[in-house]
Amino acid sequence: MSAILLFMAVIALIVGWWLAQQRLTAKPWLEEGAIGDFPGTGAMALPAAKIGLGVFLAVAGSLFALFISAYYMRMNMVDWRALPVPRLLWLNTGVLVLSSVALQWAHVGARRNDMDRVIVGLCAGGASAVTFLVGQVLAWQQLSVAGYFVTSNPANTFFYLMTAAHGLHLMGGLVALGRTTAKVWHGAEMTQVRLSVELCAIYWHFLLLVWLVLLGLLTGWTDDFVDICRRLLN
Amino acid sequence: MVDVPYGATAGIPPAEVEEVELYHPKSWWTQYVFSQDAKVIAIQYSLTAAAIGLVALVLSWLMRLQLGFPGTFSFIDASQYLQFITMHGMIMVVYLLTALFLGGFGNYLIPLMVGARDMVFPYVNMLSYWIYLLAVLVLASTFFVPGGPTGAGWTLYPPQAILSGTPGQDWGIVLMLVSLILFIIGFTMGGLNYVVTVLQARARGMTLMRMPLTVWGIFTATVMALLAFPALFVASVMMLFDRLLGTSFFMPALVEMGQQMNYGGGSPILFQHLFWFFGHPEVYIVALPAFGIVSDLISTHARKNIFGYRMMVWAIVGIGALSFVVWAHHMYVSGMHPKFGFFFATTTLIIAIPTAIKVYNWVLTLWRGDIHLTVPMLFALGFIVTFVNGGLTGLFLGNVVVDVPLSDTMFVVAHFHMVMGVAPIMVVMGAIYHWYPKVTGRMLDDWLGKFHFWVTFLGSYLIFFPMHYLGLLGIPRRYHDLGEAAFIPSSAHTLNAFITVAALIVGFAQMVFLFNLVWSLFRGRPSGGNPWRATTLEWQTPHTPPRHGNWGKELPVVYRWAYDYSVPGAAQDFIPQNQPPATQAVQGAAP
Repeated sequence: MSAILLFMAVIALIVGWWLAQQRLTAKPWLEEGAIGDFPGTGAMALPAAKIGLGVFLAVAGSLFALFISAYYMRMNMVDWRALPVPRLLWLNTGVLVLSSVALQWAHVGARRNDMDRVIVGLCAGGASAVTFLVGQVLAWQQLSVAGYFVTSNPANTFFYLMTAAHGLHLMGGLVALGRTTAKVWHGAEMTQVRLSVELCAIYWHFLLLVWLVLLGLLTGWTDDFVDICRRLLN
Repeated sequence: MVDVPYGATAGIPPAEVEEVELYHPKSWWTQYVFSQDAKVIAIQYSLTAAAIGLVALVLSWLMRLQLGFPGTFSFIDASQYLQFITMHGMIMVVYLLTALFLGGFGNYLIPLMVGARDMVFPYVNMLSYWIYLLAVLVLASTFFVPGGPTGAGWTLYPPQAILSGTPGQDWGIVLMLVSLILFIIGFTMGGLNYVVTVLQARARGMTLMRMPLTVWGIFTATVMALLAFPALFVASVMMLFDRLLGTSFFMPALVEMGQQMNYGGGSPILFQHLFWFFGHPEVYIVALPAFGIVSDLISTHARKNIFGYRMMVWAIVGIGALSFVVWAHHMYVSGMHPKFGFFFATTTLIIAIPTAIKVYNWVLTLWRGDIHLTVPMLFALGFIVTFVNGGLTGLFLGNVVVDVPLSDTMFVVAHFHMVMGVAPIMVVMGAIYHWYPKVTGRMLDDWLGKFHFWVTFLGSYLIFFPMHYLGLLGIPRRYHDLGEAAFIPSSAHTLNAFITVAALIVGFAQMVFLFNLVWSLFRGRPSGGNPWRATTLEWQTPHTPPRHGNWGKELPVVYRWAYDYSVPGAAQDFIPQNQPPATQAVQGAAP
């Protein structure tokens, strides 16, 4: 359970940092009247949707951290046989990076009021994300042709389960991306779509990060790192 | 007492909010059924939770009938008994308490108490309810599928949960897991709303440290639930894989009915870790809103500011954080490294500190207060007593050496029913009596309410106090029939029958409560806008019940904290949060 505890510690740090700015030591019973000239609420200057996305990323992060925790616990059982990672995954990773870069490009375009750039960025980002998903399905196919079925070993099951969970999150993102693209297509004002483009970009970066962590896990790259951590703890 | 003229110039004019900001329902359907108004969603959540909760109540009667008079009721066999305890536990913990506190009270009270017009994402909020309803329907459907609902116990421990010896192996367990997954998706949608509304939609002047403790409790519990429910989600998905695809996440190599099964190598302990990583925070997901609500009830009905407001807030946050590092105290008997046992026992006992702070502060709020023994206050007092009782047995069970012999006995059942069954339900009841006038514009009947309280309160003690004793005798939980055993004296059987009679009477009192809810809706005394003379914003709405958008044209501005009761020199014994400060009066009244 160390992965989820690590994740929770990070969340606790963020929450603690935020709480530290909230005047938690105030004595409200002595503070009658407006605080300051114009009563504020202490709310952040960010739009609600952005904070909503932030909270959702914490939930999704917790979900993946739990999958990873379960992976490490199950991995130590004797029947674990690591499966060969299809080469295709490297290509897919490249495509997902491209997708993220394209959306970032669209986001910068949206800030600079460059509508053409936004359209190109959104379409390129969406297309490469779909390519990534197709690539993932192909990787599944390669594995099952090679005899690595879902049920034949827990390592395989985790591979399918985690890539599926990641893919489903990306598909959810594609719905939001599709709606944003449609709005842009129908000639929406830049002010109406700027936030949506930014939120899509943030979500894509998050999913890229999750994918890189999962890839490190599935290829065994993180094993050495985890070993070092284990030794330090013992 | 000096009559204080409140200066109209002291305050800052409230911000007008344009009507276009709001989504307005256009038809009967979108106003009452597919409504995006948090208040309607709250009522939908509450009614659905109450309906499925009634099913769980009836299941508890059936269980008690079997335990009190074994062999008398031939229609309850061993399988059904297991199905009843499973469904009773799961419904009460997840589908009733969690949904009622967060989906019901959270939806109704958060926007009103922080001075918002609605939740920040009303559409997502509506989806949250409909997915919750779907989850409840899937759960209820397991009563009618072949094989019936699962009988795996509410903890659903593998491997037994998906083996053929456990009732509901065909459909019951699958639908249970699907229902949980749906519930978590629906809850996440609602939870995002509750958190972001508290963060971003507070009225001007409503700093975090001016929020009523109810909002603090629901807010913190929601944050915890958002982080903890994924653990149940992961566990449910993995168990679905094991059950449907034949994978071996949790399933070790097994022989069933003489047949070697295809499973092998899985770890049941892994499930327990995931389950309790959700399961322990769940206790506080239910308890923290209760803590918050009870603080407000006590302060209002004792006409006194809450004692140690800051400490109450810190304790809520502290309990929320600590509850994530105690989960393995549910697994002492599963076997673990002694150092881990020591660690988890220590963290478990440390939680007693912030919890005890809260109890002291409630008692100190009551101290020399102007206590009105209204029905909400009675339930709040009942909560404090019950929570202390249940908490004390928690100290027993938190210690490894004491827990091991008591594990899986009726002592555990008595403990968790006191601390997270009866205690939060006391708060739910108190809160309903308190806020019903705001929701409906009418008071609940006082006499029926007092009858309901006394029967429920005393009856609960008659049920659960003797159960501790049965547990100390060594009577196991989850047994359909105790049979003849040398260590069970005949008095234990008599006691079991006594508990059953008490449980039926307490159940009957809840029917009186339901009658009161319906009767008062039509015949109750009109309450006016602020019958309890409370300070918090929800009582200051221009209309009762509040209309769509809550505040009419102008949003309230908050000038003070939520607990200005019996302020010396004030005209009334309460000053609403949105009342501007009396600058002239303060100058004049100064000695």
